[in-house]
Order: sequence, then C-alpha cells, then structure tokens
Amino acid sequence: MAYRAQQINPWFGVGAAALVAALILGTLGVVAFHAPNAAQLGPSDWAAIRFTVSQALLSALLSVVFAVPVARALSRRQFRGRGMLITLLGAPFLLPVIVAVMGLLAVFGRSGWVSQGLELLGLPPVPIYGFHGVVIAHVFFNLPLATRIILQGWSGIPAERFRLAAQLGFSARDVMWHMEWPMLKRAAPGAFAIIFAICLSSFAVALTLGGGPRATTVELAIYQAFRFDFDLGKAALLAAMQLVLAGSAAMLALWMSQGQGGFGKGLDRELERWNEGSRGLDFISIAAAVLFLLVPMLAVGSRGLTALPSLPSVVWLSAWSSIQVALLSAGLALFLSLSIALAVTRFAWIESVGLLAIAASPLVIGTGLFIVIFPVASPQDWAFLVTACVNAVMALPFALRVLIPAVQDVCDDYGRLALSLGVSRWGMLWLVILPRIRAPLGFAIGLAAALSMGDLGVVALFAGTGEATLPLQIYRLMGAYRMDAAAGAALLLAMLSFGVFWICDTWGRRGA
Amino acid sequence: MKYLGCIAGVFAASVAAAETPELVVYTYDSFVSDWGPGPAVEKAFEAECGCDLKFVGAGDGASLLARVKLEGARTEADIVLGLDTNLTAAAAATELFAAHGLSAEYNLPITWEDANFVPFDWGYFAFVHKDGVDAPTNFKALGESDLKIVIQDPRSSTPGLGLLMWVKVAYGDEAPAIWESLSDNIVTVTKGWSEAYGLFLEGEADMALSYTTSPAYHLIAEEDAGFAAAAFEEGHYMQIEVAGKLASSDQQDLADQFLAFVVGESFQTIIPTTNWMYPAVTPVGGLPKGFETLVTPSKSLVVPAADAPAIRDEALAEWLTALSK
Repeated sequence: MAYRAQQINPWFGVGAAALVAALILGTLGVVAFHAPNAAQLGPSDWAAIRFTVSQALLSALLSVVFAVPVARALSRRQFRGRGMLITLLGAPFLLPVIVAVMGLLAVFGRSGWVSQGLELLGLPPVPIYGFHGVVIAHVFFNLPLATRIILQGWSGIPAERFRLAAQLGFSARDVMWHMEWPMLKRAAPGAFAIIFAICLSSFAVALTLGGGPRATTVELAIYQAFRFDFDLGKAALLAAMQLVLAGSAAMLALWMSQGQGGFGKGLDRELERWNEGSRGLDFISIAAAVLFLLVPMLAVGSRGLTALPSLPSVVWLSAWSSIQVALLSAGLALFLSLSIALAVTRFAWIESVGLLAIAASPLVIGTGLFIVIFPVASPQDWAFLVTACVNAVMALPFALRVLIPAVQDVCDDYGRLALSLGVSRWGMLWLVILPRIRAPLGFAIGLAAALSMGDLGVVALFAGTGEATLPLQIYRLMGAYRMDAAAGAALLLAMLSFGVFWICDTWGRRGA
Repeated sequence: MKYLGCIAGVFAASVAAAETPELVVYTYDSFVSDWGPGPAVEKAFEAECGCDLKFVGAGDGASLLARVKLEGARTEADIVLGLDTNLTAAAAATELFAAHGLSAEYNLPITWEDANFVPFDWGYFAFVHKDGVDAPTNFKALGESDLKIVIQDPRSSTPGLGLLMWVKVAYGDEAPAIWESLSDNIVTVTKGWSEAYGLFLEGEADMALSYTTSPAYHLIAEEDAGFAAAAFEEGHYMQIEVAGKLASSDQQDLADQFLAFVVGESFQTIIPTTNWMYPAVTPVGGLPKGFETLVTPSKSLVVPAADAPAIRDEALAEWLTALSK
C-alpha cells in the first residue's frame, strides 16, 4: 500500500457513504417504525410472499439450466460474430423492463406469434399473464446474465486440461463429468443466487404481467397498498417483509458467489478443443437463445417504427422528463461513487456501503421517503427528485465495482511520484486520477444514466396524474389500450437508454 | 423538484390559462380517452362557463378515491367524477366532499337522496363476449366452463368492485366457493376497465367484465353487431356513477355550475354514445337507436350505499383469499 492517499481528502467519501447509508437505513427505520405488527398480514399478503419466492426460485433455476448449454456452446465453438454475440448478451441489462414486456407480449401473448403457431398445431396458447409470464420475462432478462457468469467459469478451465483430456482420450461425456461438472458445481449456484435475489425485488415485470391476488410480488403489494387502499401502515409492513427477503437473498448470493478457483492455474494458452461434442446441439442452443432474446426486441422495433413519427406530445414531454431524471441521477451516482472510490484508498471498509445498496429495495426506500414527505409536502412534487436519488443509489454498486479498482491502480502507480513532486489535492484528482480513469468513469456514468432512464419503480409510487417519466407513460398508454403509441414510445425509450450509454461509454474510451 | 415539472410545463402551457379560471376534474381513464365523453363534455361546458375545464385521468374509479385520500386537502382537484354507490359512503366518511344542493328529474331505478354526490349515469354489469361464444347463463356455469375471462381488481376499479358485490349479493356465504370455481377461468386481473376491455378486444380472453350497454358501442359506433352481453339468471348488479365537489376546492361556484351541468340536457345527451351507459336523466330525444337491442336483466341487484362498505370489506377479504390459493 504505497500511496496512502494523504492528499485525497477522504471525508467527501465518508460523507457520501454516510448519506447513502442514511438514505437506506433511515428509510428502513421509518418503515419499521410505521409498520404494524406482522399479525396483520392477511392470506393475500402471505400469498404475495409465496409468489415472490416461488417465481424467483423457478426463474433462477430456468435461467441457469438454459444458460448451461448456451454457455457450453459459446465456449467450445468459434464462429464469426461470436464476440458480438457475447457483447449482445449484456444488452438486456440496459434494456428498460417495460420495453421487453411489450416485446414478450407481442411474441407470447394470446394473439402473439408463438400462440398463433401453437394454435395451428392445435395446442392451447401460452398463458403470458400471471406466473408464466413473470417467469418468462425474468428468464429473458437473466438468461444472458447466467450465460455470461457460466461462460466465465468455462474460460476458467485451463487450456492444458483440455489438451490432457484429449491425450487421455476423453469422450465429450468424460469431459463433462470430470471437468465441466465440477466447474458448474461451483459457478452455477452463484449465478442462481444472484438471479434469485434480482427476481425477488421484481416490480415492473409483476406490475405489467402479474396482477390479481395470485400473481402479486411483495413489491407490487407495496404499490397496491399505496395506490389502491392508501394504507401506509400496510405498505410499511410489506416493505419490512421485502427487506427481510431481499436482504437474506443478497447475503446468500454473496456467500455463494465467493470461493472461486480450484482448477489451479494454466498458462493462458489459446483454448483449443478436441472433444467437441454434438455440433447440432450447440447450434440449436445458440440459435434458440438468440431467437428468444432478439425476436421480442424486433417485434417492438417493427411496431414502434411506424408509430414513431406520430407520437402524441405527452410522450415527448415524458421523454424530456426522463432525460432530466437520468442525467441528474447519473450525476448523483457519479458524485457518490467517485467520492467513495477515492475514500476507499484510505478506508477500505467504506466499500461495504455498496453491499448495502445491493440489498436495498427501491420501493422500500420509496415507501420510507413517502412517509417522511407526506405530512409536510405533496409527494408528487418530489416524484422526479426522489426517482433520481433512488436510481442513483441503485446504480451505486455497479459504479463502485468499476471505479474502485481503477482509482486504486492509479494511486498505486502514480501515488509516490505525485507525493514526491508535491502535487496538490486537486492536482492529484484533476491531473492524475480523472484522466486515467476516464474509461471506467464513462462506463459508470453511462450505466447509471441508462438504468435510470428505463426505470419503472419508485416513480409509479410518487407520480401524480399529470407528469410522468417515459417508462410510466408507456405503462399508461398500454393501460389505455393505445398499443401503437406505446410501441413507438418503447422504441424511443430503448434508443434513449442505449444512446445515453453509448455516448458516455464512447466519451470514456476515446480519451483512454 | 417542481422545476422539472415547470420546465415541462413551459412547453405545454396555454397562454390564456392565467386569466381564465380553471376547473380540475379527476376522473377515470376511459372517460378522458379520445373516444370517451371527455372531449365533447369539455367543449360543451367551456362554451357556457368561460373557464378552462381540465380532465385528469387518475386510473379507474376506485383508485380515484385512494388518490383523493392520498392528496387530502392539498389536492388540486375541484371535482371527482366516476365514483359509484359502492364507494359513496366511504368517500363521504373522508369528509373531503361538500354537499351539492341539487335536485333533478332522475330516471334511475332507485330514488336519489345523496347530499354529497350527483348521479350522472348508470348501467348493469355483465360479461361481454363476441358472437360464437357459448355464453353461460349463471356464475356456476361460468365456473364450470373453459371460457377465459378478464376481470378488474375491486380495489382499484369500480367494475371490479361491482363484480365483487354482484357475486356476494347473489350468493352470500357461497361467494367464496363461486370465486374458487372462477379462479381457473380468470386470465388476469387488471387495474382498470380499459386494460381489461383492451385485452378482451386483443383476443386475450373470451369474455370481459363490462356492462350490458357495451355491445351498443360496437353496434352504433363500429356498426358491428357481433358483440353481446351474457344474461345471468341471478340478475345483474347495478352501477350508478356519481360526481362530487371537493370541500377544499377554490372554485366552489364553478364546481356547483359544473355539477348542475352534469345533470343537464347537453351532458346527458353526450353520455349514452360516448360513455355507453344509461343517462341519469333521460334526454329529450330519448335513448339512441340501438339501445333497445340490449339485454334487460330479469332482476336488478344493488346494495344500499350505506351498507356497501361493510359488505365490500367482507367480500374483498373472501375474494383475496379465494384467488390467492
């Protein structure tokens, strides 16, 4: 630990971390204070808890199970476009939920392509509303994530092992049993736990595809307690439930994704495979995954493209609101994460605030803030500011993950030199650190802005009848059965999300 | 964060808004849609009031009440239009509404005595289907059939609440069993009427909970006689939709003028062919041609407004329990 960052003032970072902790723990305290005792949970609330857990279990299981053949196919085949395909697997992370839901409805709805195909075969349509739909949407979002995690596991098996296996005359089956299965046993539970935790806090998917007492997640139940009954006590009680669920799942995920390694190191030789296994199976796995991920996108795109020129003016107003919220949120996330990343060079424990943000649920924070704001002001006047803040906190773990190592590297490499040259605090920040972390910085800002742009969560809780962010506006258009306008707005939203990410990321890379 | 709204407002601001008084009416979404009564009502009222009438869609009927409770005395609404008699007692209990002092020659199936709310239209709930569907004639037959239905959430939607009351009034203690038998027929439970009817038209379900008057829309506006309401032997639950003035309104006179307008000739003439309900006061010209083809229930069911909250709570608990199994 050469450079102890004497010259970086850590108190900004400590302040930022304290702010985030106060927001998360403070709202939690408010919620706990307002929650009546758990005896007031009715049968429908227990049903919501059961539904939340069961859909998350199945979504995580299916995502991982389907990801295994796809990851295996990607790991043992070389083909043109493979790199692009792996990059594309990152796209659903930035894709606004509401856009994906529209695409899935177009494909899997009762009058969608899949159901019409099934009808030709004399089969009943896929039920897209309720449990099935929620699980399909979650697999759509998390299959790529699982694939990437497991693919990493595969690339963690040293090339020498495969060569040795080939020399020993292993069949594809032997390779699977002796090399791939032990790897999967370590990688898959981690992927499962992360996806399980993500699906537990699902709100937008449940809002659009769930509904009714049988398909309500706890987060949706919080929203219903606000919007249907205006029962703040009930909302607080449910928020406390959600916190217990999400908190335990996050700890589980953390625990399970630790402890990598076990194969020993290789020499990082180019991976060659001799036991290729079934070519046909690999082709089918990759093709099926690509179809499943791309067709819904194309469906929204094609329907949206025709509606784009004639979008109602409210859509443009909402888009403008969304851009402002996204920029404000990205700015906040940048300030918080950079301050914390700089302070980590001095106090390593500050990093744990990122973990806190992973366990936090947006609707729980929203509930707490609502209870605080309501007696003194009209919550809808605060809708956009609250949305921007909550989104910034949600983006924090991702931003910290890229910024902390980058800042650490710069301090390690240039710290002593800067110290011996007597570079001032601001000089260190402006002249040494910032130019060198431009690439991760651009990536983090872009990510925060894109996530905030597509978010449909707290804003649904706070927004009044008039103003809306673009995702909320799309949800309203869908509710009013204006599907063409909704598709056009969805295309616009997807372009904004990817666009803002692309601009920030390109800015970062250009200087790097 | 008001300034964000203000910036957005600059783009949408109407220049004249500063001088003319504004009357804000919270209502349900389908009322303000392009094909709903909103645009015509706005034009007609603005022609006589010298004001700016602003409709704000705030979800379906039942979530209107939650919205007003949430906003309390801070609300910018002057009028709430679209509650029904299942909710008037709960709405009056909030003490946010003011008395109207109006009387009119109502043509309603019941006598009207509510001091806070004026009725503007009424109708019977019914399951609407396309021709070619073998429609059941009671809830038990519906529960046994394979037909797929979409219904609305009784906590957010007045039709959803109406269905809840309908089953409860018709079956009493048997209601939970009816709901359990219906649960495998229900494709989804939507937040409001618009979503449910949209899903039905999109082909996601065989029937949607709507009104006996809904086929008139397809018949008159679309010249499509291919829709019908299923007549149920239990009788049909009745809905009377109402409007009320908020005590916190800073436009009390204008609000009174609007409520009088609501029960007047021009509003009541607009209702049948835009909201597709029976008018509360029959217009001079009578009902539009085509309404005579509609199903008339053998028996009309309704719960007195004062009893509605208790029955609602009991039925809602049963509904939540039965459908969450």
